Amino acid sequence: MTDKATEVGEQEVRKEVLPREPLFSAKNRRLVTDPLGDDNPITIQVLGICSALAITVQVQQAVVMSLSVLFVMIAGSTMVSLLRNMIPSRIRIIVQLVVVASLVILISEVLKAYLPDIAERLSVFIGLIITNCIIMGRFEAFAMGNKPFPSALDATGNALGYAWILVVVSVVREVFGSGAISFPGVGQVTFIPESFFEAGYYNNNLMILPPAALLIIGVIIWVQRTRNPKLVEEA
Amino acid sequence: METINIFVRAIFVDNMIFAYFLGMCSYLAVSKTVKTAVGLGFAVIFVLGITVPINYLLENYVLQEGALTWLSPSFATIDLSFLSFILFIAVIASVVQLVEMIVEKFAPALYGALGIFLPLIAVNCSILGGALFMQERQYVNIGDATSFALGSGVGWLLAIVGIAAIREKIRYSNVPAPLKGIGITFIITGLMAIGFMSFMGIEL
Repeated sequence: MTDKATEVGEQEVRKEVLPREPLFSAKNRRLVTDPLGDDNPITIQVLGICSALAITVQVQQAVVMSLSVLFVMIAGSTMVSLLRNMIPSRIRIIVQLVVVASLVILISEVLKAYLPDIAERLSVFIGLIITNCIIMGRFEAFAMGNKPFPSALDATGNALGYAWILVVVSVVREVFGSGAISFPGVGQVTFIPESFFEAGYYNNNLMILPPAALLIIGVIIWVQRTRNPKLVEEA
Repeated sequence: METINIFVRAIFVDNMIFAYFLGMCSYLAVSKTVKTAVGLGFAVIFVLGITVPINYLLENYVLQEGALTWLSPSFATIDLSFLSFILFIAVIASVVQLVEMIVEKFAPALYGALGIFLPLIAVNCSILGGALFMQERQYVNIGDATSFALGSGVGWLLAIVGIAAIREKIRYSNVPAPLKGIGITFIITGLMAIGFMSFMGIEL
């Protein structure tokens, strides 16, 4: 017991001594809920922005992207956490990249087979999940030092935190940009009534263009930090 | 002419930051002062300029369908492109490691300037993004691919130096407290991106 504890490092020691934790203890629940709000990967940790901005033109794309990231993060975190005592620290980045890259190849092949048109529109951004900073960041910061189950929970929380920002941004962009959201199988669902257009309303073309995503995330950050002044930066 | 056109388009029209948002993480994290921004920018140009040509050769002589015919005509139907992600990222990670060691050994002054940024770059989206765009756009020869890589790097440098200069100045302005730091940076980047859209359609 003591031998094993010294081997796996200090953080583990503390955990080994504690009585067995219930599966969904308050601490484990916080791993999932914190990244949804005050520790959000996009607005607070500022990770994984690249893909968040580029693929939020349509809700469909954003949802597919979020699900892919969710899968890659949970599977990857669990694997890295299982391997954590075997990875030499000098080459850990490469090992982590290989884990992520294999998972992303899986996702990319599945998408090409079953959702070819969405895969076409996401183009290089599926491949770029590999270098999504959230994934590498959570591997480095959490999975390398924790057991598989908490790592999987932490991954779930962060992926969901990423997902809700993506979905919110894409809903805003699609509703104001094209007036309707297209769902697979259902077709276009109009949100702006016809009478608005007759009264002189125009779709906001800026929303379809790349810069809109930056402005919307800026506003989300603004709202979040106004509600919780503790998050305000010093600089 | 086509080569120059690709270079200019990669800087202004298809700018890595303003049109595709690649490499945003380091763009936001390392843009507090102009000096470090310049260092990171040159490191990105350097690594892009090396990895994209290597990946171009890999793509055309190993991965593409029929790319292996130089080994034997019977390999004409083999398509290894599903391996491209893992090969590209492996090339990038190892080149970054190699470059770091070579620069440290032979150019200590350059290492002092770029050294701390090089490990960051292996996971910079713009490097892998450069390789994937090169694959998607099917450049006709390695010269075009290299000029695309250098152009993207220069575009990235322009963007990060621009935002760093603005962030240095904005420290003296009265920004609403909740927007301080990252919030205002997002909005300024959005405005800069709108500015860059005026380059759309440039052809040489």
